[in-house]
Amino acid sequence: MVTEITKLENSYEEAFRTLQGRSKNSRGSWLPHLREKAMERFAELGFPSVKDEEWKYTNVAPIARIDFRPLLLADAVAPGSDANRLADFTCAEAAQSQLVFVNGVLRGDLSSLTALPEEVVAIDLSQALTNPGYSEIAREHLARYADYVANGFTALNTAFVDGGAFVYLPKSVTVKAPLHLLFISDGNRLATFPRVLIVAEENASATLIESYASTSDADYFTNAVVEVVLKDGARLEHYKVQRESAQAFHIATTMAELGPNTSYDATAITFGAALSRHDIHVTMDHEGAECWVDGLYLVTGNQHTDTHSVIDHRKPHCTSHQLYKGILDGKSRAVFNGKIFVRHDAQKTDALQTNKNLLLSNEARVDTKPQLEILADDVKCAHGAAVGQIDQDELFYLETRGIHHDLARNLLTYGFAEEVIGKIKIDSIRAELDEAVLNRLNARLEA
Amino acid sequence: MLEIKDLHAGIDGNEILKGINLTVKKGEIHAIMGPNGSGKSTLAKVLAGHPAYQVTKGEILYEGKNLLAMAPDERAREGVFMAFQYPIEVPGVSNAQFLRLAYNEKRKHLGEEELDPLEFKDLLKERAKVVEMDASFMTRSVNEGFSGGEKKRNEILQMAVLEPKLAVLDETDSGLDIDALRIVAGGINQLHSPENAVILVTHYQRLLDYVVPQYVHVLANGRIAKEGGKELALELEQKGYDWLKTTATETSGATVRAS
Ligand SMILES: Nc1ncnc2c1ncn2[C@@H]1O[C@H](COP(=O)(O)OP(=O)(O)O)[C@@H](O)[C@H]1O
Ligand SMILES: [Mg+2]
Repeated sequence: MVTEITKLENSYEEAFRTLQGRSKNSRGSWLPHLREKAMERFAELGFPSVKDEEWKYTNVAPIARIDFRPLLLADAVAPGSDANRLADFTCAEAAQSQLVFVNGVLRGDLSSLTALPEEVVAIDLSQALTNPGYSEIAREHLARYADYVANGFTALNTAFVDGGAFVYLPKSVTVKAPLHLLFISDGNRLATFPRVLIVAEENASATLIESYASTSDADYFTNAVVEVVLKDGARLEHYKVQRESAQAFHIATTMAELGPNTSYDATAITFGAALSRHDIHVTMDHEGAECWVDGLYLVTGNQHTDTHSVIDHRKPHCTSHQLYKGILDGKSRAVFNGKIFVRHDAQKTDALQTNKNLLLSNEARVDTKPQLEILADDVKCAHGAAVGQIDQDELFYLETRGIHHDLARNLLTYGFAEEVIGKIKIDSIRAELDEAVLNRLNARLEA
Repeated sequence: MLEIKDLHAGIDGNEILKGINLTVKKGEIHAIMGPNGSGKSTLAKVLAGHPAYQVTKGEILYEGKNLLAMAPDERAREGVFMAFQYPIEVPGVSNAQFLRLAYNEKRKHLGEEELDPLEFKDLLKERAKVVEMDASFMTRSVNEGFSGGEKKRNEILQMAVLEPKLAVLDETDSGLDIDALRIVAGGINQLHSPENAVILVTHYQRLLDYVVPQYVHVLANGRIAKEGGKELALELEQKGYDWLKTTATETSGATVRAS
């Protein structure tokens, strides 16, 4: 075991040395230094094991076992993703406000930002790090929230910080067009490390779509870290849409730091990947913040998906809403672990957490664990979890109206998911989900 | 159109229907009355194909075909409709979406073009008039948060959209105030034609003042205890069901002894 892991870490190590060598002269010393520390930490931590309480139900041994090659080592990955094939993954609403990354590399030819107000910054992270206008902002926030000391995956991502997106929303700007960050991967055995930093100044307001997709059925590994910083009164609607290839591994961390009177509305949609894990951590360390941390996972076959969320109420008068719904078919497996902390100071906290799962097959399985830890005494908190199957009375009712058995099941499945689908304000994403849920079983019907 | 012959059915080994015979022809309206627990809803559900009930004996012919061999959705597409005594709530599915899907399933079955949401909206608007239902009900989830009376009206709206050949309405009148009863009854009368048939399952005779049946069958203890014309409903209204229960028990006792 030990030798195997050592060998594999050497593969990342090799790429890491190449990266550090390249950026030696061109950048300030803090970034290579940060990477160095992160890489050291990764060497110590390695990948988590199921003995770690936080990874109890999600075995990442398959990721450790495969010799993924970071982009730096992968020789000229086929450009593959041409504009035509991208059409399946872009959003009509964001045609002029998208950054497209193919195998980790920002593709100017596929991106367009003309719909964004001039003062909004959405550039490659590596560019931001060298730009005197933004490097200070980047330095102030990058890796401040995503803790690479505690988490091996975050450490590995941080060791490879290079490309990615830097989004800066100046004071009071309102961005109408949703900004779409689209990460496409199609390289076999490729490891990419998307990194996103979003800083919204006072009263800025925007919508972000962060999506992951593949034009192939490659067995790549995405290890993403997104840090969101909202200053006083800022508002962000954040959609994460994960539809990686069926062979892919997707590990992602979202860290959101909410300032006073901010609003952060997150919705995570998970369809793809053989194995996926999303850690979302929202910190409310200022009064008057409100967040929604919602999600929908739809898995089938042998897919495994894990959501770990932390909503940390540290100051009074903050509100959090959480609704995660899961639909599981085949032999799929889902994990939901949601922690809500209400710290000593966080009086008048209002927190509601719900996780509901619909099992469409007898072989699917869910492990759900909502957790509330309340130290303040004047709070309103509730949580609940449920795992169920299609209701037979509802099914019979639909059938007596002439609706075929499979379609009736779809319709009920759709009804189950609607609570999350219905809140999505981007029409193209909602339409895609409608399709996915309603037609999934149609496929069965026709088969 | 419908021929029920010596139907025995039950649930988990308990026999509830103990030999029902009933023939319904095109254009007819039948009322099935009887005390609580006599098996009226069981009969309706067996007609609709509820999977929890087992038919242990007898047969049901619908348009000459073996109804019992057909799945519930198939029966519906062939024109059998049951209005539920307790309509089911379907969260997250809008009434319009549900009705359109059901309507299109039937069109497909008949080899007709499906209607898109806009075309269907017009049709729905027309049909909703039958039960004077407001457009706001179409965007709401099916029956969710509807009052008892609204749910019953929604059942008749579904009937108006699907235009069944055989409609079995299970206590559609219960829980309706007098205005709603008049609306629902008016709807049923509008939908009834010489080409279709209606079976009204009811406990009270007040619905029958508005929708007048040619035949009344009284169910007691899983059997048809008495049959007659519409006057029978009035007689029941005056006498109640108690006298029937005794008769039925006696009959059933006799059967037991005989067997
Ligand atoms: N799902 C069921 N499980 C057990 N018994 C049932 C069930 N449904 C009906 N029954 C029994 O069958 C009998 C007839 O019920 P039902 O058909 O609902 O009567 P009605 O509609 O005439 O009031 C009653 O004794 C009732 O308790
Ligand atoms: Mg009944």
